[in-house]
Amino acid sequence: MTSTTTAPAHARTEPRAAVVDVRSVTRTFGSVTALDDVTLSVADGELLGLLGPNGAGKTTLLSLVSGLRRPDSGTVRLFGGDPRDPASRIRLGTTPQETGLPEPLRVGEVVDLVARHYPDPMPAGELLERFGLSELVRRQTGSLSGGQKRRLAVALALVGRPRLVLLDEPTTGLDVEARHELWTALRSFHAEGATVVVTSHYLEEIEALAERVVVVGQGRVLADDSLSRVLAAVARRKVLVHLPDDAAVRELARRTGSADPVREGDRLAFLAADSDAFVRELVRSGTEFSGLEVRGASLEEAFITLTKESR
Amino acid sequence: MTATTLTPIAEGRLARAVRLSLVHFRFQFIEILRTPIAVIGNLAFPAIALLFFVVPQAAVAQHPVAATSATAQLAAFAIASTCMFTFGLGVSEERSKPFAPYQRTLPVGALPPLAGRVLNGIVWSYIALVPLVVVGWLGTSAELDPARILPALVTVIGIATPFTLLGLAIGYAMSPKAAVAVVQLTLFPLAFAGGMFMPPEIFPGWLDAMSSFTPTRAVREVFVATAAGTPLDAKFVLVLLGWIVLFATLATIAYRRDEGRNYR
Repeated sequence: MTSTTTAPAHARTEPRAAVVDVRSVTRTFGSVTALDDVTLSVADGELLGLLGPNGAGKTTLLSLVSGLRRPDSGTVRLFGGDPRDPASRIRLGTTPQETGLPEPLRVGEVVDLVARHYPDPMPAGELLERFGLSELVRRQTGSLSGGQKRRLAVALALVGRPRLVLLDEPTTGLDVEARHELWTALRSFHAEGATVVVTSHYLEEIEALAERVVVVGQGRVLADDSLSRVLAAVARRKVLVHLPDDAAVRELARRTGSADPVREGDRLAFLAADSDAFVRELVRSGTEFSGLEVRGASLEEAFITLTKESR
Repeated sequence: MTATTLTPIAEGRLARAVRLSLVHFRFQFIEILRTPIAVIGNLAFPAIALLFFVVPQAAVAQHPVAATSATAQLAAFAIASTCMFTFGLGVSEERSKPFAPYQRTLPVGALPPLAGRVLNGIVWSYIALVPLVVVGWLGTSAELDPARILPALVTVIGIATPFTLLGLAIGYAMSPKAAVAVVQLTLFPLAFAGGMFMPPEIFPGWLDAMSSFTPTRAVREVFVATAAGTPLDAKFVLVLLGWIVLFATLATIAYRRDEGRNYR
C-alpha cells in the first residue's frame, strides 16, 4: 500500500508487544470467586487456547479483557489501555455468547450494524462469503439454524478487521464438519497476522487451534505452556486397582510419585502420567493386588489432578 | 511503537458519537418495527382512555378549551407511558439476552446507545399521538390552531426525552421483573400527581404544591399550554429541564454500571 506501512518489518526487530496484559486479577460474584489472582499476558500474533472445565473462570476472564466487567482487584490492559474505554476496543473482535442475535434483524443488517463501529470494516459480501452465509443475507437471524447462527456470531468478531479476536466456546453446538470449517477459517485469520484467544472445554478444539495453552481451573491458572507440554500434562491414564490395605496404598503412591487415589466402587483410581511405569512399579512392589484395569482419563479428571498438584 | 498501536479514529469524537447515535437509532427502530406487538398496547391505550372517559362527558367533550386540554393531558400521558414501557422495560429484557453484552464490547461508549433510544422515544411518541389525535378530532370539540401544530410537535421532544431517560435508568439498573413493578409504581402515581388523569385545577392546595415539582406536571403544563394556547408559568420549563438533566445522569450511570446478567 503506502510507503508508511513499515509496521510488520518494524515489529520483527522489537520484542512482541503485549496485546492483553492481566495482572493479579481477582473477581468474585457474591460468594463465588470466579478469578483468583490471575496473571496472564498475550503477545501480538499468538494463538492462545484457554482450556478448562465449565465454571473455571474462562468467560469471566474474557469479559474483563473485553471491558464488560471490572476486576475487584488487579489490572487489565488491552492494547495498553483500559478495556472499559471504547477507544481501546477499536482493534478488538468478540462474538455473542450462545447464539444470541437480534432476531428481527436480517443477517446483512446485523453485519452492517457492527461494521459501522469500525474505521475500516471488511465488506459484508467478503465476510459472508468466507463463512458460507452469502445466501442468507436477507434472512432474519431468528430464522437461522443453530449452526448458521454460530457461524454468523463468529463472523461478527472479524467484521472490524481486529488485531485481537476473543472467541468463547466458538463451536459449541456445531456438527463435526461445521466445526472443522470454522477452525480452518480461524487458522487462516491468524495466519493473516491477528492474535486469537479461544476458550474451550474440548481438548480436541484446543489441539486443533492453539499454539500456547493456558489451563484454568477454579479461577486460577493451573498451567501455561506450549500445546505439546500441556497435552503431556493433561494426558493421564486412569489405573484402577484393588489393594489389600492402606499401607499398600501409601507404599504405591510413594513409589510412583502419584497423587492420592480416588475411591471408585471397591477399587482405587490412580491418575498416572505414565501408566506402563506405574504398572511395573505395582508388580515390582509385590503387593497382592487384584482387578487391575488401565483406561484413558477424562479431561475433567486430568483437571482435578492438575488442581491438586498445583496446591 | 509496534503494530499494536491504535490507529487514530479519523473522524472527530463528536461527529463519531452523532453518527453512531443515528446508527443505533436506525437498527433499534427496525427491531421495534418488526415486533409491533410490543408497541400496539401503548399506542392504543390513551386513545381508548379518551374514548371512554372524555368523549361521553358532554361538558368536557363539547367545550373546545376543556376538550383540547383533556386530549393534550392524555397525549402527554401517552408519550410518558410509551417511552417508559417500551424503552425502560424493553431495555431490561434486552439486557438479559446475549447480544447486549456483545454490543458493549464494540468500540462505543454510553452516549450512542442511549441517544439512539431517546430518538426512538421521540419518533414512537409521534406515532402514538396519531390515534389519540384522530379520536380527539372526531369525538370531541378539541381544536388545534394550525399555528400551534409546530410548537406542539416540538414540545413532544421535551416530553419524550425525560421519560425515555427515566425508563432507561430503571431498565439498565434492574431485572425485567423488578423493572415492570418499578415502572408501574413510578409512572401511575407520577401521572396522577402531575394531573395527567384529572386536571390539577381540582387538586387541593397541598397536592397542587407537591405536584408542581413532578416531571409529569411540568410536562403536562408545557404541553397543554403549547397545544391549547393557554399561558405558561416559566417555572415549569425549569422543572422540566432539571428532571431531564437528572434522568440523563441516572441513565448514564446505570448504563456504565451494568455488567449484564450476573450469576451468583
